[in-house]
Amino acid sequence: MAAASTENAMRSSGFARVLIYLILILFALFYLLPFGIMLINSLKPLSEITGGNMIALPRDWTIAPWLSAWSTAQIGVEPTGLRPYFINSIVMAVPAVLLSTIVGALNGYVLTKWHFRGATIIFGLLLFSCFIPFQIVLIPMARILGILDIAGTTPGLILVHFVYGIGFTTLYFRNYYAAFPTELVRAAQIDGAGFFQIFWRIMLPSSGPIIAVSFIWQFTNIWNDFLFGASFASGGGAPMTVALNNLVNSSTGVREYNVHFAGAIMAAAPTLLVYIVAGRYFVRGLMAGSVKG
Amino acid sequence: MAATTDTGVDFRTRLQTWLPKLVLSPSLAVMLIFVYGFIAFTIYLSFTDSRMLPSYNWVGWDNYERLFRVREWNIALTNLAIFASLYIIICTLIGLTLAILLDQKIRGEGVLRPIFLYPMALSFIVTGTAWKWMLDPAIGLENTMNLWGWESFTFNWIKDREMAIYTIVIAAVWQSSGFVMAMFLAGLRGIDNEILKAAQMDGASNFQMYRRIILPQLRPAFLSAFVILSHLAIKSYDLVIALTGGGPGNATALPATFMYSYTFTRNQMGIGAASAVIMLMTIAAIMVPYLYAELREKK
Amino acid sequence: MGFLDINNVTKSYGAVEVLHKVDISVEEGEFLVLVGPSGCGKSTLLNMIAGLEGISSGEIKIKDRVMNGVHPSRRNIAMVFQSYALYPNMTVGQNITFGLEMHGTPKPERDKAMADVAKLLQIENLLTRKPGQLSGGQRQRVAMGRALVRNPDVFLFDEPLSNLDAKLRVDMRTEIKKLHQKLGTTIVYVTHDQIEAMTLSTRIAVMYNGYVQQLGTPKEIYDNPANLFVATFMGSPAMNVLTVRLEDRNGALHALTTGADGQERALRIDNASAAYAAYKGREVILGIRPEAITDPEGADRNARNIQALTNTVGVTEPAGADTFVTMTLAGKDCIARMRADADVRSGQPFDFAVNMDKAVLFDPKTEDRIA
Repeated sequence: MAAASTENAMRSSGFARVLIYLILILFALFYLLPFGIMLINSLKPLSEITGGNMIALPRDWTIAPWLSAWSTAQIGVEPTGLRPYFINSIVMAVPAVLLSTIVGALNGYVLTKWHFRGATIIFGLLLFSCFIPFQIVLIPMARILGILDIAGTTPGLILVHFVYGIGFTTLYFRNYYAAFPTELVRAAQIDGAGFFQIFWRIMLPSSGPIIAVSFIWQFTNIWNDFLFGASFASGGGAPMTVALNNLVNSSTGVREYNVHFAGAIMAAAPTLLVYIVAGRYFVRGLMAGSVKG
Repeated sequence: MAATTDTGVDFRTRLQTWLPKLVLSPSLAVMLIFVYGFIAFTIYLSFTDSRMLPSYNWVGWDNYERLFRVREWNIALTNLAIFASLYIIICTLIGLTLAILLDQKIRGEGVLRPIFLYPMALSFIVTGTAWKWMLDPAIGLENTMNLWGWESFTFNWIKDREMAIYTIVIAAVWQSSGFVMAMFLAGLRGIDNEILKAAQMDGASNFQMYRRIILPQLRPAFLSAFVILSHLAIKSYDLVIALTGGGPGNATALPATFMYSYTFTRNQMGIGAASAVIMLMTIAAIMVPYLYAELREKK
Repeated sequence: MGFLDINNVTKSYGAVEVLHKVDISVEEGEFLVLVGPSGCGKSTLLNMIAGLEGISSGEIKIKDRVMNGVHPSRRNIAMVFQSYALYPNMTVGQNITFGLEMHGTPKPERDKAMADVAKLLQIENLLTRKPGQLSGGQRQRVAMGRALVRNPDVFLFDEPLSNLDAKLRVDMRTEIKKLHQKLGTTIVYVTHDQIEAMTLSTRIAVMYNGYVQQLGTPKEIYDNPANLFVATFMGSPAMNVLTVRLEDRNGALHALTTGADGQERALRIDNASAAYAAYKGREVILGIRPEAITDPEGADRNARNIQALTNTVGVTEPAGADTFVTMTLAGKDCIARMRADADVRSGQPFDFAVNMDKAVLFDPKTEDRIA
């Protein structure tokens, strides 16, 4: 059979294959368990968690922890539940994702199809900005947001995520457009199309996969961000991750683990959903961005 | 399209050569201000006696000298060394193992691969919440084992000053190793199958094939994994906050949590800025040569 | 004053000059082929005519209008690209009319023009398809349609056949030639394939190292190459190149070389040009095409100076219509082209007939033709 194999030219014995499957399944359990247990326990009354076995299924199924997490749990000082923060995160993520994708697409187009002297240096500067530790910009950013009078607000966070997302979106579109035939741009020039017409009529219609990648990447990063949210949003303006952390780490009262879990799953749901729906693009995008640099 | 000295150019052509630069320039301006300008500002602050608010009194290397005398910073550096090296090594080992095993024409690869990968779609806060509880001796793993009859089982690292940093490693590995698997899998799938057939005809065993032929060809994947993981390790902040809050005491402090607490809670902005600069320098030492090599290769 | 004038045009990138003072004048209706190995500057020159690359010095004129700095879309040219460069998101019909749309032609006129071109190229049934659904040959037709519909002054072709398989390439070559004869358009065509150059062109510019090595009709280029590069680049199998010694024997000029046995062979040169005299007693390079070395029965009946040359046969390569035979002259392999049924055997002595009318001489230092 070795000659017929396509993925690699190898074969292994029966015992080895059993071992391979065993290891893979153990790892699958390792990855599934924390989230699975969280899901099971979010449907238990608190007494079953504190007094019982974490792997056991609920004896009394209940969605009360979910309702509480969504609308009545104490976040900081207000008993608002996570709902307003979930909305904050959506209002923050959607415009930031859209803006950074549009700008990234235009930058990628310019850097690959209208190459000029210094373009590589500009790209290098953009690329490096993807990898800076954001601690280095926290202090000045706080001041600028204060000067612009958007400190602690969602527009402030949109600006921050937009600015620090450009590097990645540009990287994605540049790598994608680098493989896009330049002859098409030349043909369009001869046909009389201008800079924006070429972008709009020729490049964008062929950019579906990379737009998806950029959306997914940016959405995941922005939704999951904690550092900027914790630094630049206060009280009612906080995004979901910050609110969840407040819920889980609030030191007052009884620890309602089941409510914490329900909240954690809510915080994870949008990105998980995106991952399940478009996971293939997600991986491919990460490959395009990181492995090929 | 290349820059040459061309004579007598009509308006349309001239517009077409200026438009691209015009379109790129806002991004460049934003980048110069919000990234490089801010870096410069933070570096400047690290040489001033800023406390709660920025001050412009130059104090030279004072903050750096004080920084390295602070016990918490030295703990943070030690923790980072432990965390980063274990995180990188374990993620690479697990990632590589899973990728090689998945590459053996496994039935159900389509199910397994997304299971290995999904944790990376989660926020570190969610990961931290899940693991904080799993590792809590009173209700998590230890409690469950005890209830199952294994009375002597103890697993209380998260409460133990000496061991708490390793719980961060566990949760971080859980989140990132699937991603490393995907990188290695892509590398494995990119290897020319004819080379493997040739090696097989040369009489190489499976083990030899991996050691002599396949792993050497995965060098770029190893390099990328190292660069990405080390950069993630240095930036790690959310996970520590969610899992241990830096505790017990400050046993799990990392440079990122140190910077935040010194700058915003302890009002030692100068020292906070100095610590941020050191973080940046560490990442730059890894990223700049890598990016430089990547960009040169493309040309 | 031609239809398309390339006057003293150079191209430099920074300090590096990649095209040196190119001077070509193309008449209306001409089919000019720029041929040369990759990196010779032929595509750069084509892109400069198209306006896709700037002109460093000199000028390019179409119909007496200076084109330097004029936007590609205002030059009234059309181009067919190597990859065809069909817009993947548009249908064939939209691809063909995109240029007209960009130039503001009203829809009814566009549709009329599209229909005419589709009929001419027999692609009416493809108009609603996307390029991804077409075969290589169909894409090639659509790319030509997109160029034709604009009714341009000059057509530019950039290696348009190099992505097709061998058989289709020959068919499309014929079709391009038919189209040119039918429409009488002016064409500048870039290729690295010397057979395409020979078959299609009315004139050829052979380029190498950024210089036009020779500009002339296919026959001139083939029979009277200006230098060693042109001689060896054009023709397949390539022209045989031997280092020989020029000497007088019995009152006539002879080229002296050695056979496979190491013994001298002398080939008489008739009606030697005056320039040969200066090389008497010196080494020169003799170029002779494979078809000028045959078996005695297969020799050209109109030739005036056929020299017999006995030599050991190396290998024979039957190619169907012809048989190629190698032999060693001056220590190098030399190829002869014979009729398929010539009785030649490997390792045996054979009487070759060398048509010295076709021999050309080159200076060994400058590699220029001695004439």
